[in-house]
Amino acid sequence: MRDGWEMVIGLEVHTELLTASKLFCGCANAFGAEPNTQVCPVCLGLPGSLPVLNERAVELAVAIGLALHCTVAPSTFHRKNYFYPDMPKDFQISQYDLPINAGGYLDLSDGTRVTIERAHLEEDTGKSTHLGGTGRLHDAERSLVDYNRAGVPLVEIVSGPDIRSPEQARRYAAELRAVLVATGASDGRMEEGSMRVDANVSVRRPGEPLGTRCEIKNLNSLRSLQRAVAYEADRQVALLEDGGRVRQETRHWDDGLGQTSTMRVKEEAEDYRYFREPDLTELVPSEAMVARVRAALGPMPAERRAALTALLGDAEATGDVLDTVIQGGLDAFVRAAIEEGIDAGLALARAANELGDAQGAGRLDVPAFVEVLARESAGRLSATQAKTVLGDLARAGGTADDAIAARGFVPMSSEALGAVVATVIGEHPGEWSRYVAGEDKLAQFFIGHVMKATHGQANGQAVVAELETRR
Amino acid sequence: MNALEIAADVRAGELSAVAAVDDALEAIARRNEELNVFVHVDREGARARAAEIDERVARGEDPGPLAGVPVGLKDNLCQTGVPTTCGSRILAGWRPPYSATAVERLLGAGAIPVGKTNMDEFAMGSSTETSAYGPTRNPVAPDRVPGGSSGGSAAAVAAAMVPVALGSDTGGSIRQPAALCGLVGIKPTYGLVSRYGLVAFASSLDQIGPLARTVAEAATCLEVIAGHDPRDSTSLPEPAPDLRGHLDDGVAGRRVGLIRELVEGADPEVVAATRAAADALSAAGARVIELSIPELRLGLSAYYLIAPAEASSNLARYDGVRYGLRVDADDVTAMNVATRTAGFGAEVKRRIMLGTYALSAGYYDAYYGQALKVRTVMIEAFARAYEQVDTLLGATAPTEAFALGAKVADPMAMYLSDVFTIPTNLSGHAAISVPFGRGATGLPLGVQLLGPARSETRLVSAAAVLEAGREEA
Amino acid sequence: MSDLTRDEVAHVAHLARLRLSDEELDRFTGQLAQVLDHANDLRALDLSNVAPTAHPVDLGTVLRRDEVSAGLGRDAVLASAPAAEDGRFAVPRVLGDEP
Ligand SMILES: [Mg+2]
Ligand SMILES: [Zn+2]
Repeated sequence: MRDGWEMVIGLEVHTELLTASKLFCGCANAFGAEPNTQVCPVCLGLPGSLPVLNERAVELAVAIGLALHCTVAPSTFHRKNYFYPDMPKDFQISQYDLPINAGGYLDLSDGTRVTIERAHLEEDTGKSTHLGGTGRLHDAERSLVDYNRAGVPLVEIVSGPDIRSPEQARRYAAELRAVLVATGASDGRMEEGSMRVDANVSVRRPGEPLGTRCEIKNLNSLRSLQRAVAYEADRQVALLEDGGRVRQETRHWDDGLGQTSTMRVKEEAEDYRYFREPDLTELVPSEAMVARVRAALGPMPAERRAALTALLGDAEATGDVLDTVIQGGLDAFVRAAIEEGIDAGLALARAANELGDAQGAGRLDVPAFVEVLARESAGRLSATQAKTVLGDLARAGGTADDAIAARGFVPMSSEALGAVVATVIGEHPGEWSRYVAGEDKLAQFFIGHVMKATHGQANGQAVVAELETRR
Repeated sequence: MNALEIAADVRAGELSAVAAVDDALEAIARRNEELNVFVHVDREGARARAAEIDERVARGEDPGPLAGVPVGLKDNLCQTGVPTTCGSRILAGWRPPYSATAVERLLGAGAIPVGKTNMDEFAMGSSTETSAYGPTRNPVAPDRVPGGSSGGSAAAVAAAMVPVALGSDTGGSIRQPAALCGLVGIKPTYGLVSRYGLVAFASSLDQIGPLARTVAEAATCLEVIAGHDPRDSTSLPEPAPDLRGHLDDGVAGRRVGLIRELVEGADPEVVAATRAAADALSAAGARVIELSIPELRLGLSAYYLIAPAEASSNLARYDGVRYGLRVDADDVTAMNVATRTAGFGAEVKRRIMLGTYALSAGYYDAYYGQALKVRTVMIEAFARAYEQVDTLLGATAPTEAFALGAKVADPMAMYLSDVFTIPTNLSGHAAISVPFGRGATGLPLGVQLLGPARSETRLVSAAAVLEAGREEA
Repeated sequence: MSDLTRDEVAHVAHLARLRLSDEELDRFTGQLAQVLDHANDLRALDLSNVAPTAHPVDLGTVLRRDEVSAGLGRDAVLASAPAAEDGRFAVPRVLGDEP
C-alpha cells in the first residue's frame, strides 16, 4: 500500500449450513450428487409449490448469531426479485430489513474488532455449466443448469467496513471460518463452495470519507482473498493518483493472472423490488430454542485461544502458529501433549505445520498425536520420522505403534549412528577442522549429511552428541 | 343430480360411480363446444377412478363423503399428470408431477375429477374472457359472461356438467361467478384450505373454495378440502370445521349488519335483492341493522396494488427455462423476454407491470407500502363492525351477468365488478355468496354473507336460511 | 392525472422481462395511469401511524423438522424441460453474471 492511503474493506461471507435437508423443502442437502436428482416441486419453483422453513437451519443460524455476539431477533423473509436461470422462481427468498441476527462482532487475534452488521438466512441458487467457446461465461454458446444446490440453506454474514489490510481480510475470513466450523453450522470448505467470500474494497486518504467501492467475486481461497484485495487496493490507488476515478462495479478475480477485471458495471442501483414473502410466516426464534442452541454451543476460537495461551505461559508462539492451531481446531492436541510433559513449542510446531493445512487432523486422534511427540522427544523418532508418521496417521488413522512399525522406523543404535558420523567426518575433513576450531554452525552441515546417509532416520540431537564426543 | 345424493347412492351400492362419471362426461360433451367450460377433460383418468370406487364399494369399503361425485377443477389446481395451464399459453402442455393438497383430499373422499375448467389467465379477470383458450359462456344466458376468474367452474356446475367444482378466490373469483351463474360459492378464511398446488396469483389473498348449486353441497365439499396442511406454512393449524352439522342452526338471535358500502353503486335490482335477503334473515329471527364501513371503499385501490405486486413476483418463474413455453433467442435474457412476451396475454402483462411498478424503487412507499397500511385500516374497520354484529350482508356483484366483450377494452370497468368481494380477501376473512333475487333481465343475482376468520359454520347456517327463503323473495 | 410516463412503463417492462410494441406502450401507459389515478385516494391518506399488513393471518413461527424426503425423479423433472442435455436444463448463453 502506498503511503498516504488507507484501504477500507468489508467482507460478505456466504456459508452453506450443514442440515440434512434444504431450507424450504425435504430434498437432501448434499454436495456432489448427479445433476437434478435432489429436487422437488418446491426447490424447482414449480407452479403451486410452497416453502416451509427448516427448523435445523434456523438453529444453525442462531448458533452463528450467538457465536458472533449478535442480537437474535424476530425476523421476516422477503423476496429479492431478479431474473437468472440458476434461480428457479426468479426471486430469492432472503431476509431484508429484519434479519435473524444483527449487530455483532468478531475479535481477531491481532486485537482488531470487526463489527458484524448482520447474519441472515437465505436460499442458495442452482449451478450452471457454460459450454462452448472457451467454457467461460462470456463466450459460452449455451449453459446447462443443475438445481441440486437450489434451496440449500445459506447464512450471509456481512461485516462492517472495518478491515484495513489484505492480511487482516485473510485473518478475518480464517477466524470466521473457524467460528462457523466450531458452531457446527458449516464445514468451511471454500474449495467446494460451502463458504464463499466477496470483498468490498475502497481506498481513501486517512480521515476522508469512504471512497467508491468495488466488489470482488470468485475468491476461492484465503490466499486468493488476500492477493485480490491487495491487487484491487493498489489498482484503485494508482487510478486515483493518475487523476482517475474509481467506478462502482463488480470485479472478477483471476487467480492465474493475479488480477481483477470488470465483471459488471453498476450503471444504476439494482432494483430488487424486495417485499415480504407472503408464503412464509414471521420467524421469531423462541427463547427455548435460543437457550437450547446456546447450551449446545462449544467454546469458540477466541475462548480456546485464551485457554491455550494461558497454558503456554512463557512458551514462544507467534500469532500465526497459534491462529493455525486454534482455527484448525487442533488445540486439544496441543493441550494434551503439553499435559503429558511435551515441550509446548514442539507441540505447537507439529500441530500447526503438520496438521494445519486444509486436511487438518484428519483421522489422527489425540492419543496417537501425543504418543508420536513423546517418542520424538525421547529421541526414539527423528523429526523427519515424526512428521512422516503424523502425516500417515492423519490420512489413515490407527495407533502410533502401528504407524511407526509400518514405516519400519526403529531407532538407530548409537554404534550405527557413530559409524555413519565417523564416515561423514572422514569425507569432509576441511569442514571438520573448522568445526573443531569453533565454527559451531557447521553442526547443521554434518546433521544434513548424516540425515541424507540415514534417509532421515537419525535423530538430530543424537548426531550433535556424536559430533561433540569427537570434537 | 345433487352431489350428496350421488355420494349416498354410490356408497349404498345403488348407483355406480362409473355411471355417475359417464353422466358428467355426456353432459360435458353436449354443451362444452358451445360454452367452452372445460379446457381439458380427463375421460380415461376419471373412468378408471370411478371403476376403482365401484370396486371398493363392492368390497364393502366406504370411499368417503364424496364417493363417485364428479368434480370440476379450476385449471390452476395441480393434478399429477393432468395438463394445468392457468388459462395461459405460457403453460400450454405442462403436466404437473404432483397434486394440490385440495385435489388429494377430494380424491381421498372418493370424488372424481373429470377435468380442468377454463379461467381468466392466471385468475386475472372477472369474466373468464382473458383465457388464452377463449371465453366461457354463461350457461344461463350464453351471450353473457359467467363471471370470473373461476367462470369455467361456475359454468360447469350451472350447466349441470358436474354437481360441484373447485375455484379460487383472490378478489372475488369464486363468489362473483357464483352470483352471475346462480350458484353458491364460498371464499373460506385465509389458511382454512391449503394453497399447496394452487398456482399462485397473489399469495396473501388466494384461497381455494367450492362452487355448488346448494349450500349443503358446497359445505360438504369445503369440509373435505379444509384442514391443516404442513406443506403450506400459512395453513391454519386446526382440523376442518364441522359445517354439515351446522346447516340447520338457523339465525335466530343473530346480529346481522347490512353494509351500505357493499350495495352502493349497484343496480337497483341488486340493492333490492340484498334488502330482500335482509328481510329473509329478519323473518328467520335475526336482528338486522344497517351499518356503514366507509373504509371498505379503499379496498379496490389497495387490492389493485397488492395483488399485482405479488403477482409480478409469482409470475417471474415463467421464463422458458424449466417448463412451459419457450421462444428461442440468442441469449437467455432475450429468450426470457421473447417467451414472456409471447406467452402472456394483455391483462397479465398489465398486472405484472402494475405490480412491478408498485414495488419498484421510488414508488414502493407511495403505492405498495401505502396499500399495506390501508389493509390494516380495513381490517380494523371490520373488527369494529364485528363488535356490533356477527355477520355482514351485502351484494356479491354490482350487476347481473354482463354481455361478452362489454368490458374487455376498459380494464377499470372490469376491475369494478369485484368492488364488493375484494375487502374479504384483503382481511383474510370468510364469505359466502348465495343466489338471491333476479336482475333486470331475469338473470340470477347473488348476495354475500361475510364473517370474521373461522366463521364458516355461522355463514353456512345463514346461507341455508337464505337458500330456503329465496323462493318467497 | 397520474404522472406515469411512457419511459417509466418501458423501464418497468424491462424489469419484468416483457417487450412492448410502441402501440402497446401507449395503451398500457394510459391504462396503468388510470389504475394509479384510482389509487390516488390511498396516497392522499395520512397513514404515517399505521402499521402495514403484509399478510392477513398471524400464525407465529412455522417450522418443519430437518428430515429428508423423496423428491422427484430426474426423468419427471426433465420431462417438462423445453430443452435438456446431460441431465440438466439447457438454456441459451448467459450474458450477464448473477447480481
Ligand atoms: Mg445474499
Ligand atoms: Zn426440494
